[in-house]
Amino acid sequence: MSERSVLKSGLTLAAIAAVCTAMVAATYQVTEDQIAANEQAWLEQSLEPALSGVFFEGSVTESMLVIPAPHELPGPDDAIIYRVYSEGEPVAALFAVTARDGYAGPIRILLGVQYDGTVTGVRILEHRETPGLGDKIVSSRSDWVFQFDGRSLTDPEPASWALKVDGGEFDQLTGASVTPRAIIKAMRDTLIYFEANRDTVFASPPASEAAAETDAGDDTI
Amino acid sequence: MSSGGFLDRLQVGLWKDNPGLVQLLGLCPLLAVTSSFVNGLGLGIATLFVLSLSNVLVSATRRWITSEIRIPIYVLIIASLVTCIELVFKAWFPSLDRSLGIFIPLIVTNCAIVARAEVFASRNSVRSSLADGIGMGLGFTLLLVAIGMFRELLGQGTILARLDMLFGGDATAGLVLVDGGWLLAILPPGAFFSLALAIAIKNAVDRRRSVTRRASMPRSLRRS
Repeated sequence: MSERSVLKSGLTLAAIAAVCTAMVAATYQVTEDQIAANEQAWLEQSLEPALSGVFFEGSVTESMLVIPAPHELPGPDDAIIYRVYSEGEPVAALFAVTARDGYAGPIRILLGVQYDGTVTGVRILEHRETPGLGDKIVSSRSDWVFQFDGRSLTDPEPASWALKVDGGEFDQLTGASVTPRAIIKAMRDTLIYFEANRDTVFASPPASEAAAETDAGDDTI
Repeated sequence: MSSGGFLDRLQVGLWKDNPGLVQLLGLCPLLAVTSSFVNGLGLGIATLFVLSLSNVLVSATRRWITSEIRIPIYVLIIASLVTCIELVFKAWFPSLDRSLGIFIPLIVTNCAIVARAEVFASRNSVRSSLADGIGMGLGFTLLLVAIGMFRELLGQGTILARLDMLFGGDATAGLVLVDGGWLLAILPPGAFFSLALAIAIKNAVDRRRSVTRRASMPRSLRRS
């Protein structure tokens, strides 16, 4: 192949790459705002079911707190806590944590806890459990997750936060025991963490405010 | 390969050379997403768009594409189109996007698309390449929809559940015939059984047709 034709091929390739990039950039411009709005709406929509019966103001996502790994909460990755306030007083917290010993990989859980440690609700954010067996942990597939509503570390005692088959208080799922066991363990550990660190959890400034403070600091310099 | 008329091209894609049933291309997404009708339809439409547009773009630029750089150019064109489609899905069909997950970006790897670019669009006019893209895309979509419907009916006992993911509105349960179903149908083995069944049906229909055609021919033209 002559030098000339190599150059020609290279230029053709560059021109087509430029056109393709422009096409993607234009589509991104058009869809950007809509996608951001969808993601925010989806997050709010998936958080609220775990807060049943709690009255609060504003949006749940405003007071997000990221606890970087390693931490004492379940899961190897960063844990996310959404604090919920009413008239400036803390009323509840939402924990997004990972139960890493699911049957088919980690299970991402959302646990809502009132200030006094009572569970307001549990929802599964992400999982890869077997359809028809392990996926009954999802609220739309069975009532299993609702048995935790209103429970706390005194009801039952931490030792009884286990499946009935393991000598605990909670119902198992037919054909799946690894999945519910992982979730109950993650919930118990989260509740224990919350009881021990409640004041720190609510005292830390939200991630957005902390970022805003740093920005303000930068401005003055 | 003859280019033929627009309708002939459609028929080739829909039946004679159906990408899923005859060429057995793009089976990974086909087997993975067809657990329900709406999933099949969503991925089918996305693939149809990518396939038609990539055929048109490849055909329109075929004069400048030398054979040494054709593969990187196909990859560029297809990957950009898929990225655009993915953004559009994220913006306007967010719940379908969540349901199809990784299989939207994976349309890039659907070999049916690069195969049509290489085999057809690079050597035919824009018009017949568009027809080929639509035909092949429709053929793929119809197969996805048929298998999705079949597996949803067996596995969940519903027909047309969750159409809201594609068309908006409140969550719809569809037509619930029985509560729960035969689990195997929505697990991966169910996908293989359903595809095998679809291929068997197509071959049976083709064989019956050729037998009738032969029977209607004059005796002197019949061959073994």
